[in-house]
Amino acid sequence: MEMKKKSFFAANKTFCVFCILAILLILTAIFAPVVTRGIDPAAGSLKDAILPPGPGHIFGTDKMGRDIFTRVIYGSRVSLTAALSVVGLSFGIGTLLGVLSGYFRGIVDAIIMRIADMMVSFPGLVLAMAVAGILGASIRNAVLAVAVVTWPKYARLARSLVLKIRDRDYVAAAVTTGSKHGYMLVRYMLPNALPTLIITAATDIGSLMLELAGLSFLGFGAVSPTPEWGLMLSEGRAYMQTAPWLMVFPGLAILITVIIFNMLGDGLRDILDPRHEG
Amino acid sequence: MPFNNYDYPFKKWGERLLTKKKIIMRIIQIVIVLFGISFFTFLLTYLAPGDPAQIMLTSSGVMPTESAVNALRESMGYNDPFFVQYFRWLGNALHGDFGMSFSLNKPVVELLLARLWPTLKLTLFSMVLMLIVSLPLGMLSAVKENTWIDNVVRGITFVGVSMPNFWVGLLLMLVFCVKLGIFPVICSGGTFKSMILPSVTLAIAMSAKYTRQVRTAVLEELHQDYVIGARARGVQERKILWRNVFNNSLLPLITMLGLSVGSLLGGTAVVEVIFSYPGLGNLAVAAITSNDYNLIQGYVLWVALIYMVINLIVDISYNFVDPRMRLAR
Repeated sequence: MEMKKKSFFAANKTFCVFCILAILLILTAIFAPVVTRGIDPAAGSLKDAILPPGPGHIFGTDKMGRDIFTRVIYGSRVSLTAALSVVGLSFGIGTLLGVLSGYFRGIVDAIIMRIADMMVSFPGLVLAMAVAGILGASIRNAVLAVAVVTWPKYARLARSLVLKIRDRDYVAAAVTTGSKHGYMLVRYMLPNALPTLIITAATDIGSLMLELAGLSFLGFGAVSPTPEWGLMLSEGRAYMQTAPWLMVFPGLAILITVIIFNMLGDGLRDILDPRHEG
Repeated sequence: MPFNNYDYPFKKWGERLLTKKKIIMRIIQIVIVLFGISFFTFLLTYLAPGDPAQIMLTSSGVMPTESAVNALRESMGYNDPFFVQYFRWLGNALHGDFGMSFSLNKPVVELLLARLWPTLKLTLFSMVLMLIVSLPLGMLSAVKENTWIDNVVRGITFVGVSMPNFWVGLLLMLVFCVKLGIFPVICSGGTFKSMILPSVTLAIAMSAKYTRQVRTAVLEELHQDYVIGARARGVQERKILWRNVFNNSLLPLITMLGLSVGSLLGGTAVVEVIFSYPGLGNLAVAAITSNDYNLIQGYVLWVALIYMVINLIVDISYNFVDPRMRLAR
């Protein structure tokens, strides 16, 4: 067992490195109060407004005198929970509907898939923008909006994977020997579809994070004083000339986080799906 | 969906074959999608918390009283049942009338038309930039697979894919407008110079993604048997690359180009806002912020139409690009 673990690490060095980085990132988000030594991300005093990076505030402060480092660290909570919620929602809904429509076909399949086709043949961000804007600006609505335009991808994928095995002989054999629908779905259809779906979900986290930050940047996501990276960039825009640090650090935070999750997704794909050439 | 198109599944060439019948089917499909989208957005605005009558009164500078709002609601038909409202709107839309914008007090169609060309210009220009960068880089990276050149290109594109485009825009603005003063901060002049930074911003994100797609497509072709055969027969590597491999990887590349128009149209909104560029996206963001439902609906439908028509044209273009299709016709 020990041997096996060691060789897994050696064979997938990049994946393991980024896995550790991702875990570190999640730990940072969870233990944000410890990392920032108890500073409140929403509190600041106006006499400390727009201080450049220095010993007291290593990333500087914003127009309200709030510590940028603290806000960037707390921002990871918002970004991670939002992106993971979108992935979870679209993965859950998409997989459920996709597997059901692939297995049962018929009228349900036709309706679900026509809706999915409609959503896919359409630039997602545009619709997400409209949905988030109309529902009103909040992180929750931004998550809903992105999930609304993302689930069809999973539904279509899950359905096509189920269709691939549905008519195999061993499936027919299981039905003949009296397997019930629920058992067929859980025991045969779902396990067959899951690996590919998980790979897709993992490679999606990074880009979904970018979309969510973009929505917040436009004012259709997080609202002040939430420490959210996209929102922080949008707030720092006005001070570009005098206080460029307001823009540099939240942007770097997004970049680093997205790189880590993209690498993680690619690594996972290489492990689970060796046929794929990336 | 954007940013992940680089693993877009390659279609078999037979599936791409478009006969007249299929083209008609596609047009019908576009019409159905437009109906679906219009219904969805209409439902959304119907359920939304904002009250159009109140917004209209507020934007015209009147302090809305209860009775004034009610009178306006009644006269505009906002008290009618949902389906009556939807079909009234749909009937008008089919005649080319998307209603009035509440916040700007102008017909939606007029507003959209005025902004259409700047956005298309921006999109086209950034696509040209993207092609200039990605085609050579992607091919180079594929030909030199697993060398240091390949690794550098892949590293750069990886960072490019992971960068938020609004951050890129802000950084470019900081360097070129604020520090160096080469370009104007507000790009609303409509001149060529004012278009450069917004297009470069869009092109950076797109090029990173497209370079990866070019690399994958070319690699796919390079690993085909006919390439080995040609090499065995002593055909020059350069000839194989440009005569066969490039031509054969054109099809997936054109498909992905069509698909990337989608993320471009979405991405323009962010970039247009940053650079105050007078395009559709900027208008849409303003419309969404001020709950201007008619304008939002018009925008969503127009963008959907543009995107689907472009992709239909892309698919039809296969018939001309690929000789196999000419034969099959």
